[in-house]
Amino acid sequence: MFDKILIANRGEIACRIIRSARKLGVKSVAVYSQADAGALHVALADQAVAIGGPAPRDSYLRADTIIQAALDSGAQAIHPGYGFLSENPDFVAAVEGAGLVFIGPSVSAIRAMGLKDAAKALMQDAGVPVVPGYHGANQDPEHLAGAADAIGYPVLIKAVAGGGGKGMRLVETPADFMQALDSAKGEAATAFGNDAVLVEKFILKPRHIEIQVFGDGVDAVHLFERDCSLQRRHQKVIEEAPAPGMTAEMRAAMGQAAVLAAQAIGYKGAGTVEFIVDGARGLRPDGFWFMEMNTRLQVEHPVTEAITGVDLVEWQLRVAAGEGLPLSQQALSITGHAFEARLYAEDVPAGFLPATGRLDHLRFSASARSDTGVQTGDQISPWYDPMIAKIVTHGPTRAVALKRLEAALAATEVAGTVTNLAFLGALTRHQGFRAGCVDTGLIARDIDVLSHVAEAEVWQIAAAAALAIDLPQLTDPLAGFTLGGPIWQDVALEGVDNLRIAVTCPMRARVQVNGQEVSVHAADGGLRVEGAPELVRGICTGGRITLFGAAPQLFTLRDPLVRDRGIDAGADVVLAPMPGLVKAVFVAAGDRVEHGARLAILEAMKMEHTLTAARAGTVAEVLTHAGAQVEAGAALVRLEDEA
Amino acid sequence: MKLTSSILTGSEQFRANTLAHQSALAEIEAAQAIAHAGGGEKARARHMSRGKMLPRDRVANLLDAGSPFLEIGTFAAHGLYEGAAPCAGVIAGIGRVSGQDCMIICNDATVKGGTYYPMTVKKHLRAQEIAEANHLPCIYLVDSGGANLPNQDEVFPDRDHFGRIFYNQAQMSAKGIAQIAVVMGSCTAGGAYVPAMSDVTIIVRDQGTIFLAGPPLVKAATGEVVSAEDLGGGDVHTRLSGVADYLAEDDAHALALARRAVSHLNRAKPSPVQWQTPEDPAYDPNEIFGVVPADLRTPYDIREVIARVVDGSRFDEFKPRFGETLVTGFAHVMGCPVGIVANNGVLFSESATKGAHFIQLCSQRRIPLVFLQNITGFMVGRKYENEGIARHGAKMVTAVATSSVPKITLLVGGSFGAGNYGMAGRAYSPRFLWTWPNSRISVMGGAQAAGVLATVKRDAIERAGDSWSAQAEDDFKRPTIEMFERQSHPLYASARLWDDGIIDPRRTRETLALSLSAALNAPIEETRFGLFRM
Repeated sequence: MFDKILIANRGEIACRIIRSARKLGVKSVAVYSQADAGALHVALADQAVAIGGPAPRDSYLRADTIIQAALDSGAQAIHPGYGFLSENPDFVAAVEGAGLVFIGPSVSAIRAMGLKDAAKALMQDAGVPVVPGYHGANQDPEHLAGAADAIGYPVLIKAVAGGGGKGMRLVETPADFMQALDSAKGEAATAFGNDAVLVEKFILKPRHIEIQVFGDGVDAVHLFERDCSLQRRHQKVIEEAPAPGMTAEMRAAMGQAAVLAAQAIGYKGAGTVEFIVDGARGLRPDGFWFMEMNTRLQVEHPVTEAITGVDLVEWQLRVAAGEGLPLSQQALSITGHAFEARLYAEDVPAGFLPATGRLDHLRFSASARSDTGVQTGDQISPWYDPMIAKIVTHGPTRAVALKRLEAALAATEVAGTVTNLAFLGALTRHQGFRAGCVDTGLIARDIDVLSHVAEAEVWQIAAAAALAIDLPQLTDPLAGFTLGGPIWQDVALEGVDNLRIAVTCPMRARVQVNGQEVSVHAADGGLRVEGAPELVRGICTGGRITLFGAAPQLFTLRDPLVRDRGIDAGADVVLAPMPGLVKAVFVAAGDRVEHGARLAILEAMKMEHTLTAARAGTVAEVLTHAGAQVEAGAALVRLEDEA
Repeated sequence: MKLTSSILTGSEQFRANTLAHQSALAEIEAAQAIAHAGGGEKARARHMSRGKMLPRDRVANLLDAGSPFLEIGTFAAHGLYEGAAPCAGVIAGIGRVSGQDCMIICNDATVKGGTYYPMTVKKHLRAQEIAEANHLPCIYLVDSGGANLPNQDEVFPDRDHFGRIFYNQAQMSAKGIAQIAVVMGSCTAGGAYVPAMSDVTIIVRDQGTIFLAGPPLVKAATGEVVSAEDLGGGDVHTRLSGVADYLAEDDAHALALARRAVSHLNRAKPSPVQWQTPEDPAYDPNEIFGVVPADLRTPYDIREVIARVVDGSRFDEFKPRFGETLVTGFAHVMGCPVGIVANNGVLFSESATKGAHFIQLCSQRRIPLVFLQNITGFMVGRKYENEGIARHGAKMVTAVATSSVPKITLLVGGSFGAGNYGMAGRAYSPRFLWTWPNSRISVMGGAQAAGVLATVKRDAIERAGDSWSAQAEDDFKRPTIEMFERQSHPLYASARLWDDGIIDPRRTRETLALSLSAALNAPIEETRFGLFRM
């Protein structure tokens, strides 16, 4: 076993690798960019080396710098994690050239799988099923129709140069083929100037199921499947293992195909063979086709670890260090069911826009595995993937594991950035998903329901008001004491009118929301709010209030000092601030001016003073001219009244 | 050291006492509701229709969240001016603003346009007096038409009339006690000097006005026709005249600006005493209703009250075996050390000298004093006069008058005669003076006063050889007794600002704690006593 390894990655995967290395007694060296100097993986590692600027090309993609860091720090091997350099054969070659061990497959294996078409051909030759289709040069309609017959209907006609659905036709029966081909070719010619098409099998209800394989360069085993069908624009959202509806027969077939694929390229280390599966008529052994192989550890590997009890990183290190496969295929089995949800800093209602921000508060459920590379106080930077954590749950059955995922998500607390927590929570409650009816189109079909933001309940508004005034900190025994009645104070939350709170005694208050009144009591590390289903937890930082729980809510506190109307926004007349000579006038009646626009220059006391518009508007009249000597307070320019 | 109560909370007496106190408190609470309602529904609706916050909302939104509010003079002008000026048309009290204890004085424009009745002036001056004595920054939320003209003779000319407001502002500013004005409505004539005399002034656009003479007076005087806004609105005063410093968009903005102004005072609260961690009394303060007899003439042990006020009910009684009608001792109220001086019967020479001794102790140690008044007076009679009770009483009065430590006085029963002096009555400038609904205050009891007058009259009648029937004597005494009863009532007293307010006896502990906390904003000076007549 190695004494020390370098991890050429960042974030949760770097942290995760460090933990397994430490478990094996192996020291770890982290590398980091300027943006990550205070990151968790740097703190966790035994040693850390700065490798450059925040942009990945200046740091995590700098192969030479990373290899030098490994050599300098005395590391014997490099673990690439996923992404960055993990599937870069030139990097692997350079690592090996430097006399270091690359924890992963060989250069040739990566190359073999790197070119998707060649990989497909290779797999076809090895007897692994690939999506049936005709990608040839013969564009004779009769030939194409024959290809379609051979593939089996329904088929998809796609423009070779295509994109965006142009030149694409779904054909259900042979009778419709010619007409569809004509129109597809016509459209392709117009759109791309190239009418060449290909014909592929159309998969009615596609599912993404992948097989985890592990090789030692000679032999390979598979660690069963993962279902990654819950995707949004090809981004995996929730993964699970095993796949719902999987039969022993199909699992064996897929596993065998995957092992075949791995063996075909002499695979060493952890890899994943991805298949597209037709879920329209249940899972059938003849209904899966090879798509590609990922020659690295996958993001979603923890679900496999959960059901097999295997530490895949540990296996990676052991095999890279020269051991054979730690377990035989017979010794591997599935226990229960597991889910992984990917928690992202992203604005779901705004179309899943990646978000940034400082993590003012971060807390995970104690009863789930949470792989994270960030901690409270960290910045979600725009430089890298905005993933906050992977929440992994395991249970004896799918229903139990899913319930645990729902609970773990509800117990996940993030403040300071928007997240997809509510969206993930909604997915765990989606009827189809609950029933195991998954396909890659599920999220797109139900996106409106899944990304719907529920209107805040009265108890949530009351909790927000209590957090706005920091009720849990009002512990002074005299808090709220008056000789008369309670003191009702306004709370200015965006979008909430008529909100008032009165502190009645330490840590207790009453809140009025549009005529309704509820009591709030800070206790048990949260808020007990009248009408709330359970203890409400939340935080107020930087004028933003985040309520945690199954349906997280975000409120914005208005700063009473900030007003839209500028100090002199109402001033329609620009006056001379002192006596002086008008040097220049830049505007004429009828001109449209922006706030801050230059209107005139006044020379006085040997200084040139620029007079600007206090608001945007239209110049009604110019009351002076260049060369005029004016008194202090003289009106120079008048703006038209705003309606 | 922990007091032991001998009260039976299940007794008939306890229940009867409770009922009597509840009924007395209900009367006070009804009066408080009148005070809080200000100028009534119509005036409030009109006020709000102008986009203005109600005065109590202004105060609330100025305060820190959860800040306590020690309101003073709630009952001022109660029953005066035919009920025209609830709360004397001005809200005053101490609350926390941006972490600082501040005196807030807020005109109520729903009450006769916020004009100053005599009691309004008195209350305003009392609030300033408290601010000055306790070093509390003043925030004036101004919305007033100035002096109430029909009462001009009682608000304008004398020393403690309108002009004293501005004198006080200048004096306090000179002492570094910040003066901040928020002009949220009219500030006319003399009222214009409140913002003008302040250190920092905020004015609300299109709402606040400051001028020595309003548009009608200007027109009458010079014929000039000018709008209130052009004469002295927020824009004019923040841009042209410089009378105000910050222009606010509305009430909420103005209050936020005031809070920001306070945050820049650069002022730390001194800590002249050794605070302890507060601890609840061992006996429930709510039992005060049951332990204090309904009838002032029924004696009871004042330690039963102390046990329900002080931390842990712990009381280090000083000189417990000497001059037993005055109870003195050390305790803590919500963590603040106090010396308590409490009546437990009529004052004798021994009690008075003991009181003087104890006040000396507290003054030397800079421990604030709390006086619990339930006093019918000094003992009378030849024995006592001859032993010099006046001399001994004078010692206590001297000590009370000249001690520099903060004094808080609470009337828990009778406050009659010279006992009021020895026990830090209003004339002895306690920092705060609170009363209970069952308390009574007068130069002597009504029956005694009527008795004195009747004796004098009977002597005269009998000297003339006539006789005076018992019936005639009763008829003679009744008006006096009734007058004393009316005038000694706490509402009558509080309406005239002889005190700072009537409190719920069950909230005595909090009221004292807040009073002490406010008082401790000022450092405790070294005491220099007057001459003690030995």
